[in-house]
Amino acid sequence: MTNAQLDVALWYLGRGSGVVALVLLTASVLLGIVTRSGRPLPGLPRFAVAEVHRSIGLLSVAFLAVHVLTLTLDPKAQMRWLNVIIPFVSSWRPLWTGLGTLALDLLVALLVTSLLRERLGHVVWRAVHWASYALWPFAVLHTLGSGTDIGHGWLTLVLGACVLAVALAGVWRLSDWFLDPSDRLPGSKRPQPSQRTQPPQPSQRQRTSYPEATFRR
Amino acid sequence: MTTTTDPNATVPVRIASRSTGLPAPALAGDVVGGSHLRILAADQTRSAALPRLSTDQLIDLLRQAGLQGRGGAGFPAWRKLATVAATRRRPVLVANAAEGEPASAKDRVLLRQRPDLVLDGLSLLSGALQAREVYLYVGDADLLPGLQAELDARRAVRRDPVPVRLEVAPQLFLAGEESAAANWLSGGPVAPRTKPPLVLTSGVRGRPTLIHNVETLAHIALLARHGAGWFRQAGTRDEPGTMLMTVSGAVRRPAVLEVPVGTSIPEVIDLAGGATRRLSALLLGGYGGGWISAAAAATATTSRASLTPLGSSLGAGVVVAFPDDRCGLAETARLVAYLARESAGQCGPCLNGLPHLARLMQMLASGSATPAVLGELERVSGLVTGRGACRHPDGTARLIRSALLTFGDEAQLHLAGRCSARTTTPLLPVDQEHASCL
Amino acid sequence: MPVSEAPAGSQPRLSVDWTRCDGRGLCVELLPELIARDDWGYPIIRRAEVPDRLGNYARQAVRVCPRLALRLLPPEA
Repeated sequence: MTNAQLDVALWYLGRGSGVVALVLLTASVLLGIVTRSGRPLPGLPRFAVAEVHRSIGLLSVAFLAVHVLTLTLDPKAQMRWLNVIIPFVSSWRPLWTGLGTLALDLLVALLVTSLLRERLGHVVWRAVHWASYALWPFAVLHTLGSGTDIGHGWLTLVLGACVLAVALAGVWRLSDWFLDPSDRLPGSKRPQPSQRTQPPQPSQRQRTSYPEATFRR
Repeated sequence: MTTTTDPNATVPVRIASRSTGLPAPALAGDVVGGSHLRILAADQTRSAALPRLSTDQLIDLLRQAGLQGRGGAGFPAWRKLATVAATRRRPVLVANAAEGEPASAKDRVLLRQRPDLVLDGLSLLSGALQAREVYLYVGDADLLPGLQAELDARRAVRRDPVPVRLEVAPQLFLAGEESAAANWLSGGPVAPRTKPPLVLTSGVRGRPTLIHNVETLAHIALLARHGAGWFRQAGTRDEPGTMLMTVSGAVRRPAVLEVPVGTSIPEVIDLAGGATRRLSALLLGGYGGGWISAAAAATATTSRASLTPLGSSLGAGVVVAFPDDRCGLAETARLVAYLARESAGQCGPCLNGLPHLARLMQMLASGSATPAVLGELERVSGLVTGRGACRHPDGTARLIRSALLTFGDEAQLHLAGRCSARTTTPLLPVDQEHASCL
Repeated sequence: MPVSEAPAGSQPRLSVDWTRCDGRGLCVELLPELIARDDWGYPIIRRAEVPDRLGNYARQAVRVCPRLALRLLPPEA
């Protein structure tokens, strides 16, 4: 293989792996939303949805690694390692490439916190996991802005399908149907904790220490 | 103070209200116990020098005495001390007088009458363990001025190795639960936490924390002065010593008593002036305790050995005499509704199960239940038991099951649309502010 | 289905942190032999001790619990 052939191969691989990574990310976000609803997909139990969500997420990381690696090696893309880590410093369309870098950074944070979930605890893990709702739009915008194939119909089609799917899932997530899952057993609608049943919040509760307390009473 | 006049009783029945502290039974003249008074006895040794004991000496002393915690769980005091000492860190020490149980008043009475004993107990422990912080966690804010004066006087003579900080416990049923108290003292909400880790190893701000009921501390103070042999002169072999009891309901003189563990229940009722009318049942151990029939109570004593086989326990020493002109099911329904409201709302089975149980009990009490409701009450009681971070659901289930046993005939009557009660005046106090929720 | 294979006390035990559990139900699907669902979707540990042949499923159930509420406690000494 000549150098020129290698460059062409890297260029195709870089673009292709990027698109695949986006599709996998989209699928992972969709499955994440389904997982959060606590409902199984038809023919797929809940734990399987969670496991597929996890596997697809990991797979997207792998494709993203290929995407970044090939474009750093590819002379045509002129990516430097610094651009991979620090957003908005690239010479090639700094904004759009920077969004991709940002998405990558978020994905790395997501990956690390998920692998260390048991050690970090649920609260930290969840806070970082919420970042996926920013990560995904960044990845889409990056594809739109940096992609050299955007004029082609096939990419428009893929992007459109991704956006439509996540938009629908997002609407579903915010609907009553999501918040009040119908698969719960009859009469078992989970009561929202009332003011009374919830422990007093630090801001509202009366913390009284003597001697102020006696005078306030 | 809440005063409810029972039209059928010859004497007004005074019931405790937690919002204003304790009414009549708390007052000095009402404390009775014959020759058994120890921690509530008139004080002669108030300013006697405190013996200085090492942790090991204290553990030995408590072990020989066989002192069990007086907050309800009855855990051996020496074990708690040994567990905290084994962490080899300077612990936090808490005297627990949250007394979230509305039918209990003994902690308040003790703190009013003998705060010196409670503080001496704290002082002994904090000196031995080199405690980092010491708290007196009090549910009744009316006690604060008196306690502060006591603390000031002690500071003047340097009686406490570590200054004692007063903290007011919130008016919640769960405020006294160990992990909830530790959480509150750490600056969080009154929310029980899953164990392990025990509060003993990780409590207030993550430090090892020794939480004792104030009565337990008073016993420790007396033990250090008089020794384990003296302590064992009262009580039974397995459950030595005296205990404080709050007796209320249909008795002539609702009171806080001090009696030897193992005193017969009829004697306890007699010490409170006797019943004002025929009793159908007694509620022992408080709202998370259990009902026993008056017939069963006639031969029972105030000890675990006697009450455990009856499916009951003394808890923190609560005895409520229940007169036969009231409906035990209606009373239980009120209590269950209260307990459901007092859930911290953290654990699914408790958050969902207790309101469900309250509705079922309400159906049974109001006569709108079908026979299936009895089975459902039994089933859901089983469903919530053991499935929470604390024992709140377990206690609620125990109350319901004991009510179904004790008031079984009444339940059948209710299913037939009748009720034997002649008065509907509530007997037991619940948080007044929310009574309208019923 | 009989699940007792080893003497009591020698097996790791399932434990739920109820303050965390949200009744998502993943553990019930993975360990129907040991865990059932209650009226509200929360797990009922029918048998806490995990027999050897279910060990892998139990560890997986602990790993996939979305709330980190399921724990495997070491065998009682």
